[in-house]
This record gives sequence, C-alpha cells and structure tokens, in this order.
Amino acid sequence: MNIDSIINGIVIDHIAAGRGMMLYKLLHLDRLDCSVAIIKNVHSNKMGKKDIIKVDAAIDLNTDVIGYVDPDATVNIIRDGKLVEKKAIELPEKLVNVIRCKNPRCISSTEQELPQAFVLTDRKNRVYRCRYCETKAER
Amino acid sequence: MRSIIDILDLSVEELDELVAKAQDIMANPKKYAHKCEGKKLATMFYEPSTRTRLSFEAAMYELGGNVLSVASAASSSAAKGESVADTARMISCYADILAMRHPKEGAPLVASMNATIPVVNAGDGGHNHPTQTLADLLTIHCEKGRFTDLTIGLCGDLKFGRTVHSLIAAMCRYSGVKFVLIAPEELKLPGYVKTQHILPSGHEFVETTDLESVMPQLDVLYMTRVQKERFFNEEDYLRLKDSYILTPDKLKTAKQDLIIMHPLPRVNEISVAVDQDPRACYFKQALYGKFMREALILKLLEVD
Repeated sequence: MNIDSIINGIVIDHIAAGRGMMLYKLLHLDRLDCSVAIIKNVHSNKMGKKDIIKVDAAIDLNTDVIGYVDPDATVNIIRDGKLVEKKAIELPEKLVNVIRCKNPRCISSTEQELPQAFVLTDRKNRVYRCRYCETKAER
Repeated sequence: MRSIIDILDLSVEELDELVAKAQDIMANPKKYAHKCEGKKLATMFYEPSTRTRLSFEAAMYELGGNVLSVASAASSSAAKGESVADTARMISCYADILAMRHPKEGAPLVASMNATIPVVNAGDGGHNHPTQTLADLLTIHCEKGRFTDLTIGLCGDLKFGRTVHSLIAAMCRYSGVKFVLIAPEELKLPGYVKTQHILPSGHEFVETTDLESVMPQLDVLYMTRVQKERFFNEEDYLRLKDSYILTPDKLKTAKQDLIIMHPLPRVNEISVAVDQDPRACYFKQALYGKFMREALILKLLEVD
C-alpha cells in the first residue's frame, strides 16, 4: 500500500497498533481540511505491528494527548520534504479537557464549564484518575 | 487558608495534633467555649444527614460560634440551577467556614477551588467523608489507646463504603496494622484502594466472606450499612442488604477488649441487643465526632 510522502506536515510514528484511531479522535484531526492518513497495522521490526498518522499540514499538536494515548509514539516534523524536528513525547502529569469522566456521580457531569481534569496517579501502569471523583480513566 | 476534602490532606502529625486537641476539648470544654465567638459556620447539606450536620453545628455552638444553614438542596439556589462554584463564592461573603455535603463526587473540591473561606467535605456521594474518618480515628485512639499494632476488621459494604476507604487510607500510615476485609463478593473492597493504600504500605490484609471465622483475631470491628442510595438496581440492594447481621451470639468468640464501631445510621446490620455490650462503641463514636469537628474548625480558622 502506498501513501504519498508529505512535504510540509507531521508524521506520528510508532503508535501502538490499534491506538491510531483513538489518537485521531482525541487530536480532533477529523476537523482538518488537509489530507490525513491513518495507516493501521503497519509491519514494524521493533513492534511487530504499529499505527502511523500522517498530517499534510504544519499544525500545532497537543503532545499531552499523544503522551496519554502512547508515550512511546514519535512525532516527526517535516518541512520541505525533510525531517527537521523530532518531538519528545512523555506521559503527561495532567490532562485537561482531553477525555471525559464517565462516572455519572461526578460533579464534572453537571457543573457548568468545569474543565475535565485528570491526573496521573500510577506512572508504571499509566493510570489516570479524575481530579474530582478519582474515577479511573478507561482507555 | 486550608480546606479539608480528603483525609490525606492532613499529615500524620496534623492528625496527631487534632486528636490531642480533641482530647483537650473533651477534658476542658470551658476553655474552648468562646474560641469562635463572632465566627460563622455555614452548613450546606444537599444530601440527607442527621449526625454529620448536627455534629458540625453542635461543634460550632460549643466553640461559641454561630451557624448559618440551608435545610436542603430543594430550598437553596441549587434548585434554580446555581453551580457549586457560584454557591461557594456566595457563601464566602457570609460565613467564615463552610461544611458541605453533596451527592456529586468532587463537589466540595470544586467549592474549595472557588471559595475564599475554608471548606470541609462533609461527604461527597460515595467518595470521601474525612470528618467521619476523624471521628473514627479519635474513637480508636480513645478506646484502644493507640493507632499501631491493631487488627482491624471491616465488614459489610466495602465497595461503596466511603468511610471504609478513608479509614484504610488513614490507618495505612501507622505501623503494625492488619486489615481483615469481610464482604460479599459483589461488595468487596475496590482494587484501587488496595493498590493505592494497602499494598504500598506493606500492611498485611486478608479477604473473607465469613465474619465468624475471623472474629477471634479482631481488635476493632468496623461494621457498615449496605447503602440503598449507592445502587442503581434495587434488586441488587435487596439481595445484599442482609449479608451480615452482628448479634450477641456472633460476638461469643470475640476478644474482651474488641471495639465495635459503625459510622451510623444503622439499619439492621447490628442487632439492638448488641447495644448493651460494653464493646459497642458506635454511639460514643458519634460523640467523638463532635469533638473532632471542634478541633478541625479551630485548626481551619487558625484559632489556638
């Protein structure tokens, strides 16, 4: 399968297989007008299988979102067809307005304009909990 | 300015200070009778409560302060759709300290983020109830004389029982504590309470469905009610509500110096016949709660 290389844009590589679509949704890439490619289950020597997202425009990406979905993903910035920057991705300490708390008893389900806030409570197991009710975020 | 939303907002040293202060209040009530003169406590209880609300209000009156109170959510601006944040800002204009109970988990935290006065979480849904834990800790300290080297049995609804989660979190900070978790399969202690508190502390714990088999080893037996309001499905509630009923017969093998605790209200999980047993501490526990709330109000209002 061939996907054209991009001239100016972003390649998110080494995404754990199966997480590409989640990342696409959380980064709101569906709102872009430019070409966006999600390539699933690409063969990888290191990972076995991986997902890749290519965005054919130089946009600002929320690296916290990428870190939440997969801190092992890599972000490559392409300019004039060349790799000019690799962004470091880390597991973020906080997530604000990225995911929603699913606990119907949580104050964030009713309080107007309250940010949806999660904090990293277990780095090893990548567990985030709602700041208000401490419910675990479901991935 | 401090607020208390979670029992872990208080360090072990601060807990020890509060226990010492509460014991001093118990011994010398007159010394504290005018400490909060001119101060006002607002109590906003959006969920039913008898003990916690009266205990807060009695605590403030005994310190010489006054109380502003809203009877229920239905008679407050919450019924008109006012947010918790706005309510907290508004109450800050009238009172010096706010005690809030709310059915939504995290509501007192949101109040504390917006208030300009200290906020005390008086229970937020099935989440936290730190002042009940303060009452529980004072009961254990007064009745057992220590927090260390105790085998604590927690029985009943360990899944939704917020007082159980907070008590475990608090007791994990003391050495030599062993937890015996007695619950039906469906109401077992959630995994996160174990992974966040018990496992990192290294304390021993056992899980069982059989209260009588573990009774002889317990120093403290903390009974809980299966709470109807925490179930979405009434069928589940009806099936589980009578899982454990403590009777004098079941206490035959218990230690003579066992203490029986319950955050109250009790429905039928402790037979009234147990009330006559000198090991029953649950009504004293409610009294200790008032002294602990006095100590907490003094601390948060920074009154010596």
